[in-house]
Amino acid sequence: MPSSQQPRETKKEPRQPSEIHIGNFAGTRIVSAMIRLAGLGVIVLAGGILVTVGAETGRIPADQLAKAARNESISIPTPGELFTALEKSGKINWAGQYRGPIPVTYSNRAQIALNLGGLIADGFIAVEAKDGQQVKNIGSDIIKLAKALGVSEKLLGRGSSINEFAENNEWDTLQEELEATQNEVKSSMQSHADQDLVILVTLGGWVRGTQVVTSAIVQNYNEQSAKVLRQPALVHFMQSKINEISPELRNEPLVKDVNEALGKIEKLVSFPEGKAPDVEQVRKINQAVGKLMEEIESKEAPK
Amino acid sequence: MNRSLLISLSVLVLALSGTVRGDTDAEVQARKDALDLAAAFSNDGFKVRDGYWCGVAKPHDHSLVAVNLYAGNQYWFSAGTTEPAKKIAVSVYDETGKQVTTDSYDNGERAAAGFAPSSSGQYFVSVDLLEGEQSSFCLVYSYK
Repeated sequence: MPSSQQPRETKKEPRQPSEIHIGNFAGTRIVSAMIRLAGLGVIVLAGGILVTVGAETGRIPADQLAKAARNESISIPTPGELFTALEKSGKINWAGQYRGPIPVTYSNRAQIALNLGGLIADGFIAVEAKDGQQVKNIGSDIIKLAKALGVSEKLLGRGSSINEFAENNEWDTLQEELEATQNEVKSSMQSHADQDLVILVTLGGWVRGTQVVTSAIVQNYNEQSAKVLRQPALVHFMQSKINEISPELRNEPLVKDVNEALGKIEKLVSFPEGKAPDVEQVRKINQAVGKLMEEIESKEAPK
Repeated sequence: MNRSLLISLSVLVLALSGTVRGDTDAEVQARKDALDLAAAFSNDGFKVRDGYWCGVAKPHDHSLVAVNLYAGNQYWFSAGTTEPAKKIAVSVYDETGKQVTTDSYDNGERAAAGFAPSSSGQYFVSVDLLEGEQSSFCLVYSYK
């Protein structure tokens, strides 16, 4: 694209903050970098170097948008992001969104992956509820399911960290640890030639997260919170990832059902920009993802 | 263990894992710079996503990645690059390709854009090379 189409001229020239040079990765340097980072934070956030772009002048054509990268680790939000957005419109009874323990003895790998994602979303819920014991219980189940997929070695350390942070009520750190755990599961799957299962972990987390959020919105509806449900591109992206997995896995009954359900859910989460779904529309989404979650966690699911 | 230490340690871990995965030195450095910048926003309560996107910033070209954002949240998209790139910028576009109003931070090889969407859905983050030659960049984001 020609540079003339880029909206540079609208930006004011910001003042420059102090440079931070961490240097090499030696531990001693990291400590000094931490001090500098804190300093930079103060400068950046309190020093007034943030400037607002004054006008909306740029536009990127549709053909370029279509070629934009779509990266699972950055294009798909975590359940934690969804829950953070939901909380903005009022206090949520997170403990009221718990579900009973799910089986951790599945034999079907696709089903394990989907439930692993769901459990990680449960972990985020327990963190939002600031419920240390529930976090520990879920952390333990996550490790059990991960073991069943053969990805547990590195995760054992994560399990210990989760317990430690839960005992110390370090909720923000726990949320980061859960996301890191999810990424480590996926990374381990990739190195074990289980790449196809990665999207199922992500999907399981999204389905469980959406089930919880829609349930909370139906219980205490307001338009602002309902706006978080507009995610057609996200559902479309996850469905496209499922369509890229091996035909063998894609044709497994559970995966097939999940794929079909996503097509329907995509329509349910498609609203005009800026418009919130009404309570009945939210209820329909909740029923659709609830039905799907039921099948995912059912011990009898894959036939 | 405080959050700054965790982020600093994650820089180290990411650097080492990058070596294992075969990322280039430039990518590793760009990631470190992006995380350093994001860490500054964490002082204001922003949580850094444990995900990233690396690419090559070229003159007169938008490097675009799709993200899915939630109305109600605030986001900072932080990017780092390395020489021979001299200056980059980060911009955000809505699903129709229209640029949205953002707060911005620019400091040569590091830049960030802050955005609070009023509508949930897909957005596009662009990393643009303003000065210098093409080089690797890395983008991370944080939210609260």
